[in-house]
Amino acid sequence: MTDATAPTEPARPGRLREFWFYFRENRGAVFGLWVFAAFVICAALGPWLAPYDPAEQFRELTLLPPAWQTGGSWAHPLGTDPLGRDMLSRLIIGARYSFFVGVIVVSIAASGGILIGMIAGFAPSWLDSVIMRIMDVILAFPSLLLALVLVAILGPSLTNAMIAIAIVLQPHYVRLTRASVLSEKQKDYVTSARVAGAGLLRLMFVTVLPNCLAPIIVQGALSFSTAILDAAALGFLGMGAQPPTPEWGTMLAEAREFILRAWWVVTFPGLAILVTVLAINLMGDGLRDALDPKLKRS
Amino acid sequence: MTAPVMIATALARHYEVGGGLFSKPQVLRAVLRVDFNLYAGRTLAVVGESGCGKSTLARMVTMIEEPTSGELTLDGKPVIKPAWPELRTDVQIVFQDPYGSLNPRQRVGTILMEPLVINRPDISSADREARAREMLGLVGLRPEHFDRYPHMFSGGQRQRIAIARALMLDPKVLVLDEPVSALDVSIQSAVLNLLIDLQERLNLAYLFISHDLSVVRHVCDDIIVMYLGQAVETGPKEEVFASPRHPYTKALLSATPRADPGAAKDRIKLTGELPSPLANLPGCPFAPRCWKVQDICRAERPALNGAPHAAACHFPLD
Repeated sequence: MTDATAPTEPARPGRLREFWFYFRENRGAVFGLWVFAAFVICAALGPWLAPYDPAEQFRELTLLPPAWQTGGSWAHPLGTDPLGRDMLSRLIIGARYSFFVGVIVVSIAASGGILIGMIAGFAPSWLDSVIMRIMDVILAFPSLLLALVLVAILGPSLTNAMIAIAIVLQPHYVRLTRASVLSEKQKDYVTSARVAGAGLLRLMFVTVLPNCLAPIIVQGALSFSTAILDAAALGFLGMGAQPPTPEWGTMLAEAREFILRAWWVVTFPGLAILVTVLAINLMGDGLRDALDPKLKRS
Repeated sequence: MTAPVMIATALARHYEVGGGLFSKPQVLRAVLRVDFNLYAGRTLAVVGESGCGKSTLARMVTMIEEPTSGELTLDGKPVIKPAWPELRTDVQIVFQDPYGSLNPRQRVGTILMEPLVINRPDISSADREARAREMLGLVGLRPEHFDRYPHMFSGGQRQRIAIARALMLDPKVLVLDEPVSALDVSIQSAVLNLLIDLQERLNLAYLFISHDLSVVRHVCDDIIVMYLGQAVETGPKEEVFASPRHPYTKALLSATPRADPGAAKDRIKLTGELPSPLANLPGCPFAPRCWKVQDICRAERPALNGAPHAAACHFPLD
């Protein structure tokens, strides 16, 4: 403590540094962040990192095992698929598709869901009921089935699959946002903002929304992985990315008849999905801890 | 005496409750009829048990809810819904719960500056910060608290922040909705003294809502005793405390704990139930619990008379 007559004030650390300080506490989250960073680098620099073109077929080397197995070659470290395409290149390029699926699906679903949930939370009860019953109808369908129907209507392609998954995931955000809004809206700080003259938009997005973000961020991280999984499932069913796109789910689907003969063809895309999803979930957890001021020490 | 800052005449607030698809909604009379005048530099206390409409009154005065009927004027201007945005800055509120009344996502500085951002967009941000820091000092907090989050503070400090926020807009009327009842007794007096000090300095009119009569005795000038949505006794503090005229006030006063073990224990115990605010009884609402009840009490509602020390009772105590 300095003396009271000349109170000096320590400089406030930058927001980013402060965020990093708290994020670092959670080891799993940091690990998740590194894996996610590698995933993003693969997605961004795919064509330069990949040793071969993902669609190039080495006809004489079909179903080549990974390098460390007998018969493997370091020219194709993770082996080749039934058409002789290099697995490593396909996985690296596949990261790009999965990443885009995740980012686009989560942004569409979250922004739409938060907006609708906010409106439902602040709306008069009849409008709230209308919105929530529509969301219940969407939730009542098995999500993959609904996505399938939507893709069937829109036509099978990765873009349409992303739109379908975003629509299917949206009600979760709506429910989550509305529930948080309803509980936050009761609190006195919202009333005092209203007494201070805050308008509806300010109440919604400046006062209430930041206090609802923690569960939404976790949901965002979780549905990033759900989106990747659903896109993979749609690809597996032939309704998502179309061959020869090296999308991880589509790769799994193409390789399923070789499970017993060539384990690497199914294992590596599956592992890629698993590790990515796990890393994102870990990161989401750390994100929540770091963004919640209640968990901070003074 | 100078003209009152705020005048409330026959203020009432009814709610419709229940009312499903097949049942008719019932009318809950939260506040039946309250009249009061608020003067700059003076404190009016509203006391009464839970559910008597104190907080509803506060919500009407702070323009959170519109009165069902009755009139409210602020500085001679009628407080009606279209005029709310411009009158709002003159009436601010401090809530009971210091843990819920500050936005946990905002730093203290942001909380203090928000009212200015909303209402005085013409003030530069440097100026805003200067005023917020000045206010922080005024309520007895240190400058380094400016950048902290509310959860880093104790209850008493948070209540100081809430008071500072309420004062940022230079209001004329400050509604204090049980401002100290969530605090430790040791902190209570510090916050109360701060409030008294601020009132003297800024010439504020306080509407002090409380159920704690010892606190009320410490801070207020005038009292309204509320029972089931209406004022049953009003008057200057000294007179109400010295010689309560309404039986309910007497019972309330006798229930105040006193730090004097030798004092005679003439505590009045009320029996009977508080009537439901849904039922619109013809008689005095206190009749079921009153020890002086007679037939007329059940048949006819007594009017508030005998100003300046008025009581709504057919048989006032003297």
